[in-house]
Amino acid sequence: MASLQSLDVRQRSASTAQPPSVRRDLEIAKLIDVSKCIGCKACQSACMAWNDIRPPVGINRGVYDNPNDLGPETWTVMRFAEHEENGKLEWLIRKDGCMHCTDPGCLKACPAPGAIVQYANGIVDFVQENCIGCGYCVKGCPFNIPRISKADNRAYKCTLCSDRVAVGQSPACAKCCPTGAIVFGSKASMVDHAQGRIADLKSRGYAKAGLYDPPGVGGTHVMYVLHHADRPGLYANLANNPVISAAVSLWKGTLKPLSMIGMGAAIVVGLLHFVTRGPNEVTEADEENARKLKGRNAA
Amino acid sequence: MSGSVEKVAVIRDTYTRFNASERANHWVVAVCAILLMLSGLAFFHPAFYWLTALFGGGQAARVLHPWIGVVMAISFTGMGVRMFCQNIWNADDSKWLGRIGDVIANRDENLPEVGRFNAAQKLVFYVMFWSVITLLLSGLALWHQYFGDLVPIGMQRFAGLLHAVTAAAMIITMIIHIYAAIWNAGSTRAMTRGSVTGGWLWRHHRKYLREEVAKSK
Repeated sequence: MASLQSLDVRQRSASTAQPPSVRRDLEIAKLIDVSKCIGCKACQSACMAWNDIRPPVGINRGVYDNPNDLGPETWTVMRFAEHEENGKLEWLIRKDGCMHCTDPGCLKACPAPGAIVQYANGIVDFVQENCIGCGYCVKGCPFNIPRISKADNRAYKCTLCSDRVAVGQSPACAKCCPTGAIVFGSKASMVDHAQGRIADLKSRGYAKAGLYDPPGVGGTHVMYVLHHADRPGLYANLANNPVISAAVSLWKGTLKPLSMIGMGAAIVVGLLHFVTRGPNEVTEADEENARKLKGRNAA
Repeated sequence: MSGSVEKVAVIRDTYTRFNASERANHWVVAVCAILLMLSGLAFFHPAFYWLTALFGGGQAARVLHPWIGVVMAISFTGMGVRMFCQNIWNADDSKWLGRIGDVIANRDENLPEVGRFNAAQKLVFYVMFWSVITLLLSGLALWHQYFGDLVPIGMQRFAGLLHAVTAAAMIITMIIHIYAAIWNAGSTRAMTRGSVTGGWLWRHHRKYLREEVAKSK
């Protein structure tokens, strides 16, 4: 995928080489308007169809979520939450899946070169051929998205239909959404579009309606319009202020150069010690002393 | 008439420093530690990712690393049990460590007499002891294939950090340990062949030599 000009790479996991930078690609985004969603799951079907993935038949747990969770073969799932506000029941349905962070925790955590890439258009993509199945992306992700397949030990998640986007198509889920709750375009135009939706929601009594584009991960390329943007947790525990965990940042940030310096210094100090002080060698006097000790004691 | 050649043999008493079982145990641990270091560095820093080729590629290295770790933890338990009592810190160790400048400058005459292990060797033992425990527990929490669904995500993240910090400390200790064997000539033989000369013990572990001589009386 990455060899297409329309999918120039901006960041590549476990790689230090500078990515191609002569072109300025348009940043894209998918906008999910939760207030327009009717929970039909057409997006889930379209995702399965386009990406040719079929999760095993699961078990009904008494809720509408089906399948119950994301998986290696389930890259998007509608999460249904019941919420009471002003004496009315609200059915908050959130289409969960990769948020395509500008600062992706999965990519930061990944140890395999090129197993996770971020294209210049903002899409974060897993390249399974390079994936070693360590599960570090799971630890890096603040949204609990990547899943490792038990079949091939490789990580899978939503690609934002990078193959479709590369040829000027919208993602399968956006293409098929019957209410227009999922729209796709440039990030700027999606932010713009969201403002119109938010104004409409506010005029209808949702005073706290707003856009979910969390700054803790540098913004995302999948955004939500929420009726209660002040309480993202209402939407099946959507993170209030997602950030890459401090433990992962230390592990994958500061610690790398520090430990390289530590190990390098130990080797250099050892080498310098050897050439300045030299080895500590046993002398004939030591042997003589040892013999005397033995002789004296034996006598 | 055949003339007899008089041979003047320099009597050089040798003492067993490490017996065969101790040596075998040490080298199982050492080989595991080296393999773990090579594969672990590959996951830790992109500059070392090419080391996965030694293990048959990234997926294979990811599969092997934790199993080698299990072998290391089991074999180190053997060393821990064997050597725990000989690595208990005493007042002479503090004195010896206080004169670390003399140690580094090869001025052995200023140092207190040392038993089977000196203070630095004991410190290596302590670092290894706690590192192996920490690396085993954090490693199990990081073992995604078997424990990824069981360990809470916050603990997995902390385990990643802890595993890397501890491994770095252990690698630095290993570098010091290996260099000390090169620096103090004759030490390597103690762990490869098992024997050292009386002079070597007189120089490095005099108290231990006195004990051994007294025992042989």
